[in-house]
Amino acid sequence: MNRLAPSRATRLVIGILVGAFFVIPMLSTFLYTLRDGDGFSLVHWAALADPEKASAYAPIWVGLGNSLVLAVVTVAIVLFLLAPTMILVHLRFPRLRPGFEFLVLLPISIPAIVLVVGLAPIYREIGRMLGTGAWTLAFAYGITVLPFAYRAIQASIDAVDIRTLSEAARSLGAGWGAVVVRVIAPNLRPGLLAASLISVAVVLGEFTIASLLNRQVFQTALVVVKNTDGYAAAVFTLLALAFAFVLLIVIGLAGRIRVGKAES
Amino acid sequence: MTSPTSHTLGGAELDAPLRRGAPRIPAAIGLVPFAAYLLLFLALPTVLALASGLFDKSGTFTLDNIAALGDPVILTTFANSAWLSALTAIIGAVVGALVCYALLGMRETGAVRTAVDAAAGVFAQFGGVMLAFAFIATIGLQGVVTQLLLGAGIDIFASGPWIYELPGLILPYVFFQIPLMVITFMPALSALKPQWAEANLTLGGTSASFWMRIGVPVLSPAFLACTLLLFANAFSSYATAAALASQGSQIVPLQIRTALTSETVLGRENLAGALALGMIVVVGVVMGLYSLIQRRAARWQG
Repeated sequence: MNRLAPSRATRLVIGILVGAFFVIPMLSTFLYTLRDGDGFSLVHWAALADPEKASAYAPIWVGLGNSLVLAVVTVAIVLFLLAPTMILVHLRFPRLRPGFEFLVLLPISIPAIVLVVGLAPIYREIGRMLGTGAWTLAFAYGITVLPFAYRAIQASIDAVDIRTLSEAARSLGAGWGAVVVRVIAPNLRPGLLAASLISVAVVLGEFTIASLLNRQVFQTALVVVKNTDGYAAAVFTLLALAFAFVLLIVIGLAGRIRVGKAES
Repeated sequence: MTSPTSHTLGGAELDAPLRRGAPRIPAAIGLVPFAAYLLLFLALPTVLALASGLFDKSGTFTLDNIAALGDPVILTTFANSAWLSALTAIIGAVVGALVCYALLGMRETGAVRTAVDAAAGVFAQFGGVMLAFAFIATIGLQGVVTQLLLGAGIDIFASGPWIYELPGLILPYVFFQIPLMVITFMPALSALKPQWAEANLTLGGTSASFWMRIGVPVLSPAFLACTLLLFANAFSSYATAAALASQGSQIVPLQIRTALTSETVLGRENLAGALALGMIVVVGVVMGLYSLIQRRAARWQG
């Protein structure tokens, strides 16, 4: 037992007070969605499936579709650009690691609202070359997820001795492609999974860049729908927060699998 | 390192080629795509954002926009941003530290810790617009709590609809600051060794003297560092404020929005760049201090 731990009563008081601060807005949002005139009903939740309301909610589905495409492309950037580079740096350029780490953690210190000022002219060029499809935003999102994805993958790299593994595979005659795909990647699976899920969560929650570059994504669609139907926006808010919560629970559990492996 | 039996050294970072005589140059080529990506989408936008404040539309160098940062209107927005960030950082840091304290001694793999960690991650990092909506549903003009209080004879908007103005940002900001504090401060608190508490007890100390003489001094650098991180977080936050205050530009990120979406603000072009420059100076200084203090704090961890 940890001697530093607070007493049960202290724990309870802090838990209830702070818990209330977080539960009240969520509960209120839920009650808000149940409002029906003077009474309560599930009418605003049922409206999601109502064909008559479909046109009002269309921006949400378009935005959600765009956000999902963006999530896929962003995860691809993490898995096929960031991860291989991290493995390469770890195996062949360990001396570059502090500098590399500084660079990939840099987006924490550069506010998205600053980045967007510089991204605006770049995206004007991209619009000319690749069109104004929403998917191109993934290049910018890849940067915003870098710190999160880096930490998740690096934790896995530090937990597994990929140097010895790759030496063993190489001495058994595997080429570099086989080493990365069939030996290293499976061992980094918890980290790669966590990095992918956290990227999905970041992309689905991103608003700043999309809104100021005039792209339709899930969050900007929420704002559009909010202006016509506040109840629908509240319903989607609850659903999206619940979805992100489940994603992070899965990430937490995935991290635990790694701990289990390291101990065995 | 080139010997296959050196697996005990595997973790050590020695700069040796894996294969004798492996050519260096092809490996370096592997770094090029990622380097190009960083250059195009991290370095270039940052430089463009900062440089655009220093040039006018025709591309000639000017300090005009930088001078605009001294305009009373702009100074007020920076001051607004600063006190909003400072206030919510301090509240968030104190309450967040209390939550960490309450979580101390709970099993890291237990259901409570798992749920709190996940919820903290959601609210701290992915809330944005959605937090603003939750607060509108709660204490907006038609909010559930507003109506409840109104039924009890209390009108929280007696002095005007402050929720859509600067004071309305305080509660939603605290709502994402506390979870960020829990995420960043928990490692420092977990690093306190129970043996120190035992030594303190053996030497006749009390629980109060432990926190006064050992706990607080050891934790204060980490606490300060996390508070700075919270300040930078609030200062750069845009989504929540943008969703709450659809017009107006009371804080710097909203002022940047106005500068980006309208042709001229205060009769100047490229003001967004100058504002971005001012913002990155503030956030840069705060984050620099953060990493200095964090390095000091890390001495007690691990």
